[in-house]
Amino acid sequence: MVITLNGERFELDRPLSVTDLLTQLEIDPRRVAIEHNLNIIRRNTFPEVIVEDGDTIEIVNFVGGG
Amino acid sequence: MTDSPFVIAGRTFTSRLIVGTGKYSSFPVMAQAHEASGADMVTVAVRRVNLTDRSRESLLDYIDTDKIFLLPNTAGCYSADEAVRTARLGREAGLSNWVKLEVIGDERTLFPDNEALIEATRVLVKEGFVVLPYTNDDPIACRKLEDAGAAAVMPLGAPIGSGLGIQNVNNIRIIREFARVPLIVDAGVGTASDAALAMELGADGVLMNTAIAGAQEPVAMATAMKYAVIAGRLAYLAGRIPRKMYASASSPVEGMVGR
Repeated sequence: MVITLNGERFELDRPLSVTDLLTQLEIDPRRVAIEHNLNIIRRNTFPEVIVEDGDTIEIVNFVGGG
Repeated sequence: MTDSPFVIAGRTFTSRLIVGTGKYSSFPVMAQAHEASGADMVTVAVRRVNLTDRSRESLLDYIDTDKIFLLPNTAGCYSADEAVRTARLGREAGLSNWVKLEVIGDERTLFPDNEALIEATRVLVKEGFVVLPYTNDDPIACRKLEDAGAAAVMPLGAPIGSGLGIQNVNNIRIIREFARVPLIVDAGVGTASDAALAMELGADGVLMNTAIAGAQEPVAMATAMKYAVIAGRLAYLAGRIPRKMYASASSPVEGMVGR
């Protein structure tokens, strides 16, 4: 299956939870915010929200800025 | 002389200097500059996680968030919708409802789009955000932002990163007269005297990034800015003497030798 991850095509074997996606990407869930199909998802729901084929995911964090 | 505390939306800050986290040569230099500045609020930007290079260190490893309050910005947003979306993501990433709201209207000047800025302020205030809008040095725009529920107004001194200092001193004075919320001069500071001037005009605080991060010695400049903001504030509270055309002697005119 294919999703759009931060604007890029990204392949996954099967649907998985946001928590599992972050684990696979080696991203600390405490430091990011995530949009799933344009909806912001709460951190405490990362284990329940399932990423399916065709979904759009944005993962953002804080970077230097003024 | 005692000063009133620096309070925004019920939160008290020890420093009237707010600094950025961008453009530093390294995170350790940034951390040292933050320490030297004495700032207890820093701005951060919200961007996509770098998925190809996960080895890169995180900005947050170099900010002691027990001591320093994070203020996410919406830098780079060119519409109200985009800014609102970014503010919501910032809230989720940082777990606070504060935002430095930027809606840019022009790429070369990075001047704000006032209309979109006011619209985005309204939306975010309704959603419970503490909105600190970066705005033009326009007293009317500042008044409209205040009416829309902004927790502070943050007029620019000069274009972002320009280092030109405060270009329209009189407008900042007028905004000072008008504002019932904290006034923070945001952007355009080049050196310490610019920050001092902002405070002398009655600003409650100054926000800067490039002036420190881009200095040849950022840590030394951060120290200079710390003192400039303190000096400017004290001078404002002390009440300066009026400007006069001609001299008035400081030493007695009587008792001159040989007269």
